[in-house]
Amino acid sequence: METRTVRVVVNGTAYEREVEPRRMLGDFLRHDLDLTGTHYGCEHGVCGACTVLIDGRTARACLTLAAQMDGHTLTTVEGLAGADGTLNALQKAFAECHALQCGFCTPGMLMTLTELLNETDSPTEAEIREAITGNLCRCTGYQPIVAAALLAAQRIREQRAAAPAAQATE
Amino acid sequence: MKPSEFEYHAPTTIDDAVRLLGTLEDARVLAGGQSLMPMMNFRYLMTTHLIDLNGVDALTRIEERNGRLHIGAMARQRDIELSPLVTQRAPLIRDAYQLVSHKQIRNRGTLGGSLCQLDPSSEQPCFTAALDGVLTIARHEDGAVATRELPMSDWALMYMTPALEEGELLTGISLDIWPAGHGYAFEEFARRHGDYAIVGVAALCTADAHGRLDRVSLTVCGVAPGPVRMHEVETALRGRPMDEDALRIAGDAARELDVMTDAHVSTDYRQHLAGVLTERALKTAFSRVATKS
Repeated sequence: METRTVRVVVNGTAYEREVEPRRMLGDFLRHDLDLTGTHYGCEHGVCGACTVLIDGRTARACLTLAAQMDGHTLTTVEGLAGADGTLNALQKAFAECHALQCGFCTPGMLMTLTELLNETDSPTEAEIREAITGNLCRCTGYQPIVAAALLAAQRIREQRAAAPAAQATE
Repeated sequence: MKPSEFEYHAPTTIDDAVRLLGTLEDARVLAGGQSLMPMMNFRYLMTTHLIDLNGVDALTRIEERNGRLHIGAMARQRDIELSPLVTQRAPLIRDAYQLVSHKQIRNRGTLGGSLCQLDPSSEQPCFTAALDGVLTIARHEDGAVATRELPMSDWALMYMTPALEEGELLTGISLDIWPAGHGYAFEEFARRHGDYAIVGVAALCTADAHGRLDRVSLTVCGVAPGPVRMHEVETALRGRPMDEDALRIAGDAARELDVMTDAHVSTDYRQHLAGVLTERALKTAFSRVATKS
């Protein structure tokens, strides 16, 4: 079987791998790059656990071929925390609000909400619920996930509001 | 849950894409992959060659030309939904996309892919029919690209089967632009948010200075293999005021549609939904009409 060369940037790191054309992006991340944070659930685009950002937009890693990612930039759940492991605002809010129990849906939830919070730092509860309709969680009942997203958005707004003031006092 | 082996082709021009499609044996076209990839993962579908159109930039344009809205077959659903041109010229499309699956799917899915998939309940063939869509279809012939145009009314041959011949590729869709101030609405009933509709209705209308309807477009999806334009009702409503009688005439006609049935949804229920949703969509469209003065 003829292979394809894939050159891709994932979480700021450049990778080059030879892949079979049928290699799916989720398997590529998990098995070829050892980035096992992206979870594989239904493998047919329904559960949302494998959601990653392709050029800043959410997509299902189970419905995307690794070969298609040549030249593209990806963000996975491993790319959210700081280099020293400090959780970002959304991740902290998830921990504080108990927005995960078994944790299987969490990478997908985080990536979906990352896209939403990149688009707006003041989403309504309805917008949050709408955003996560494509991500299934069987533990939480979604309430704490929505609460975590609202809390993270509030903190992001506060950080942004505080940033210019801090500069002014320097 | 992994696709079977295939050879992967990634053309970057329409020319190369149709040449590959016209010359390779047992080839399939990959658009957004939101329906094809699940089928390949399940191995419902196996193919020797996969021709990926995601690198063909010429197929992604969204533009106004010669008084019509032109959308490339590979324009992403999310890009169409967010396009200021589409919002201005065909707000019906933006409304319909709020009901199409989830953002993660619309980020990858394409209009052309949805039209070729041709799910009877899909919103996208429905609004394409409502806006008198014309499809451009290309094929490889004597070393060159030959194209033909097909009205949306001739697109659906049977269940999930569009009127594409062997080796043909849908390259673009052109849509009617309705005058500024026209009324529009898309209404549907689905079991879960983001699901395909059981029945959906697209309504468009304009009215004269006296508030009388001078143009109506009513399209129902989920009742037949392709979207159904209710031409007779559209004509019957012309010249009538935008009132309860007009809604009743349209709703009654929708309730009489010859509809398909399946194990989950009976004929009666589909007809009921068609009637209710037609009235609802038309009522909203009426409320959005800016009457000419």
